[in-house]
Amino acid sequence: MAPARAAVRHLPRAPRAVVGSNVPRREGLEKLTGRALYVADLDVPGAWWGVTVRSPHARARILSIERDLGADGARAVVVTAEDLLRAGRDNVVHLIADDQPFLAHRSVEHAEEAVALVAAPTREEAERAAARVRVRYEPLEPVLDFERAETIHKTCAIDKGDVAAAFAGAARVVEGTYRVGHQEHAYIEPNGMVAWPRIDGVRLVRGSLQCPFYVHAALTRLFGEPAEAIRVAQTSTGGGFGGKEDYPDLVAGHAALLADACGRPVRLLYDRAEDMVATTKRHPGRIVHRTALDAEGRLLGMDVEVLLDGGAYVTLSPVVLSRAVIHAAGPYRCANVRIRGRVVKTNTPPNGAFRGFGVPQVAFALERHLDRVARAAGLDRVELRRRNLLADGETTATGQAVIDAGASRQALDAALKRSRFAATARAHARFNRRHAHLRRGLGLACFFHGSGFTGNGEIRLASEVALELLEGGRVRVLAAATEIGQGTRTVFAQIVAQVLGLPYEAVETVDPDTALVPDSGPTVASRTVPIVGRILADAARELDAVLARRVGRPPGRPWTRRDFAGAAALHLDAGGERRVTARFSNPSGQRFDETRYVGDAYAAYAWAAAVAEVEVDLTSFETRVLRVVAAQDIGRAIHPRLAAGQLEGGLTQAVGWALFEEVVARDGRMANGQLTNYILPTAIETPPIELVVLERPFAHGPFGAKGIGELPMDGGAPAVVNAIADALEIDLDRLPATPERIAAAWLAARPERRRA
Amino acid sequence: MRGDLAALEVLRPRRLAEALAALADSDRPCPIAGGTDLYVALNEGRAPARRFLDLSRLDELTGLETTPSGLRLGARTTYTELRASRLVRRRAPVLAEMAASVGAIAIQNRGTLGGSLGNASPASDPAPVLLALDAAVELAARDGRRVVRRRVPLDRFFIGYRETAARPDELIVAVLLPSSALEGWRYAYRKVGTRRAQAISKVVAAVGLELGARPRRIAAARIAYGSMAPTPVRARAAEAALAGRAPTSAAGRAAARALLAEDLHPIDDLRSSADYRALVAGRLLESLLGALGGFRPGLDD
Ligand SMILES: Cc1cc2nc3c(=O)[nH]c(=O)nc-3n(C[C@H](O)[C@H](O)[C@H](O)COP(=O)(O)OP(=O)(O)OC[C@H]3O[C@@H](n4cnc5c(N)ncnc54)[C@H](O)[C@@H]3O)c2cc1C
Repeated sequence: MAPARAAVRHLPRAPRAVVGSNVPRREGLEKLTGRALYVADLDVPGAWWGVTVRSPHARARILSIERDLGADGARAVVVTAEDLLRAGRDNVVHLIADDQPFLAHRSVEHAEEAVALVAAPTREEAERAAARVRVRYEPLEPVLDFERAETIHKTCAIDKGDVAAAFAGAARVVEGTYRVGHQEHAYIEPNGMVAWPRIDGVRLVRGSLQCPFYVHAALTRLFGEPAEAIRVAQTSTGGGFGGKEDYPDLVAGHAALLADACGRPVRLLYDRAEDMVATTKRHPGRIVHRTALDAEGRLLGMDVEVLLDGGAYVTLSPVVLSRAVIHAAGPYRCANVRIRGRVVKTNTPPNGAFRGFGVPQVAFALERHLDRVARAAGLDRVELRRRNLLADGETTATGQAVIDAGASRQALDAALKRSRFAATARAHARFNRRHAHLRRGLGLACFFHGSGFTGNGEIRLASEVALELLEGGRVRVLAAATEIGQGTRTVFAQIVAQVLGLPYEAVETVDPDTALVPDSGPTVASRTVPIVGRILADAARELDAVLARRVGRPPGRPWTRRDFAGAAALHLDAGGERRVTARFSNPSGQRFDETRYVGDAYAAYAWAAAVAEVEVDLTSFETRVLRVVAAQDIGRAIHPRLAAGQLEGGLTQAVGWALFEEVVARDGRMANGQLTNYILPTAIETPPIELVVLERPFAHGPFGAKGIGELPMDGGAPAVVNAIADALEIDLDRLPATPERIAAAWLAARPERRRA
Repeated sequence: MRGDLAALEVLRPRRLAEALAALADSDRPCPIAGGTDLYVALNEGRAPARRFLDLSRLDELTGLETTPSGLRLGARTTYTELRASRLVRRRAPVLAEMAASVGAIAIQNRGTLGGSLGNASPASDPAPVLLALDAAVELAARDGRRVVRRRVPLDRFFIGYRETAARPDELIVAVLLPSSALEGWRYAYRKVGTRRAQAISKVVAAVGLELGARPRRIAAARIAYGSMAPTPVRARAAEAALAGRAPTSAAGRAAARALLAEDLHPIDDLRSSADYRALVAGRLLESLLGALGGFRPGLDD
């Protein structure tokens, strides 16, 4: 693909390409050598240990909480909702609906909900004391099945064209219902925080998190204190995947409440088992498709119902739902679309953000459904997609005309070519004839992902970053975007260095700390590079202009390090500002009608197609993924190696969700909350992954870049499951496609297979 | 890790007699070999005991050797040792194959045969292989000043869910494989786990056949399964269905029918379903018999 780089004009050219090269990763050596400090590594003299007392019931009234701590009483503190209210705290985790308490008060709405907090000098003492906190419950009938739940957290709807007329005039209508389950983030480092009591009017919390200013907002609300009285700093973080978007608010609040109660620092560190059972997961869902086709297999009408299980509290569910609904019709052309979305309440731990944020669920449903549509229409599945994929400038379900939508076809062509799709299918047919007990198959999925917050979210966020001049011609990036393993620090330094024409090493980055950095928004929604990176590039241009003006040279020309240092010194000596700041300016002029769901849902989309090749063993019904080929248009790879890491990692996570990962619940409690029985793919299960990276630049992204973090998670699962369905000539409509489900579908396909 | 490691006490005897004396004590310690099963419990805060008896210095529990009656495998034999042993690879290659399917390298380095038998999990991978090999367990205990040993055939060792015929004062010293099971027999093994490494078995099967040459007949069969009942089990009905028959797909199918009708009692649990286990147990048997008997099982319809 010839990338039209000329479209990106707002940035100066640099003599040496920093952007686009694989510079050494910023925190790489620290992590490799074990010097990076994670929250559990912090040496905090005098810190006590915190423990959370959790509900064993999915729904219950709290009758009483007794805390006869016996001999340990003198050396332990307990905090309940009553204590918190008595101290005048606001028992609300501030997010969207403000319905979740820090500590359950009078009733519990889900199993593992926090009911009391305990701290003591050592872990053993804290655990003993926690065991003596007696909570009496009156269990109530919980709602556990989301398909029967009646309480609605949020609905949203898309209406485009005239769906009734489209169905009335259809040559064929195909229906299907698809279901997906929870997914656990399984980041390598569980949640954890250390909180200090109020010292000199400031409460400090440090820990593992994605969004320092979310935690900051939650603590400000909890304690009813001004912004400067709360300070939140990130420690080295072992992964997040969305799992550290909102839950750290709760952990931080708990740690801070305990620190307040005992007057000492408190460490609140979850172990794997607590993290798995108590924290958020991907939303399970049921998606129903009704699709109208004309005689040539073109999509006339799409009628989609999206139902998600939000769990007990609203948390992030409304925005997960709106992203799911907006992506539910996929990267396809269809003039008549009706989508209804609903996220409901169940008495289960709240589901939250997870890489993809609602899109993997709807992409699975749609791409599985299109294979079924192709079969019903007697069309080849590739041909069906090719006829219906968007072309440049055509509109999505919200009526957004997308200038580069044709990249979806380029991705499809590239994936087909790299996988040698047709030839591989023929080879599989030969293989299947030769092997009595093995079946190979191919699966395809086309998908897209909007970069940044949905709708007007970025306009409301109004993110801000700063650049600071240091001695010796160095520049420091100040932003709240967190490094969670994806390379934030590295790519930020690259972007700034490239704009200024400075070497990569001349740009420093810091661990986000709300006392030091401006609020550049949360590290979510594939927004770090396209949104925050773009604001950083703007800040760098501003800095360049300021210094150029100071020394009387034209702006937009690369600096030598010496000239830059000289100009900076001159500027500072003359009393110039050390910092320049920049704010989100909505460069694409994006506008979205949030009540009618019409307009520019995202400033940019990344486009992709994936092909999976599988082998299913007919003795055990186990699936081996032989190969995944994915072609993805990401605008511009700022750091090709890190970009590939994101794509490979996301596809691997998708393989796990497709084949293995399943939360088994008993009475609303996760029963397989250990890595023994919650099955993640290991190295052996990770297929060879071949990437084709397409770079059609996004005019308003830094150097043309779009968001890529979530994209690969969206399409891997449908590609894999479509391949299994192809291999065995069966229908699969549920994730994960475990051997148990594959065997059942294989038996159902031909009842005579079920022999005694 | 939950629970308090510092509160635990560990005895580290160098001689078997000393270890057995500790077990004869009223405050009896819990034996620990590789610790790969026990540490899971410790990590979850479910320490089975406060006192432990570390077996790692007991040389009497090591060694792989040929004896007049067959092979003797010390209880402390690890999976890595089984995989590396020429003796095992020559005389009981199925054991090496099984060992390669356990956990991953780190677990293979530490996990032992004695630990697996002592743990008596119904999902043990070694158990069905050792049952098919007609193994016996050598146990030792202290009787006053003497060390007394006895042998229990493995098919009488597992007496209930995680319960064995060993008394609490006994240690597993060795696993014994009789020559009669090593000469003239062929074995096949397959584990179906939750994934391909670091996995607990959902279904695990081992099949041994003694084939007569002319006419080609199955003289005898020993078949065993794991994860299909409260204990690892011998599939005697399936064995009986094969005895005296020619190795054909029809015989395989008859054995699978008998297996599912009489030998196995699968359940639904966290890892799998009874239906799947039954289906796959039957198909595994046909496929393993096909591999040993040189026929093509009819599973492809
Ligand atoms: C990550 C992981 C993966 C695993 N994968 C597998 C697998 O794929 N297949 C499989 O079968 N198992 C697996 N296991 C289980 C375990 O590794 C094996 O059962 C192993 O053989 C246990 O041996 P050990 O020496 O570590 O036992 P230990 O933990 O030391 O002991 C286990 C039990 O046996 C008792 N015991 C130990 N030695 C003796 C003795 N000589 N006499 C009497 N009692 C004794 C102990 O008191 C204890 O009750 C896995 C475990 C883990 C943690």
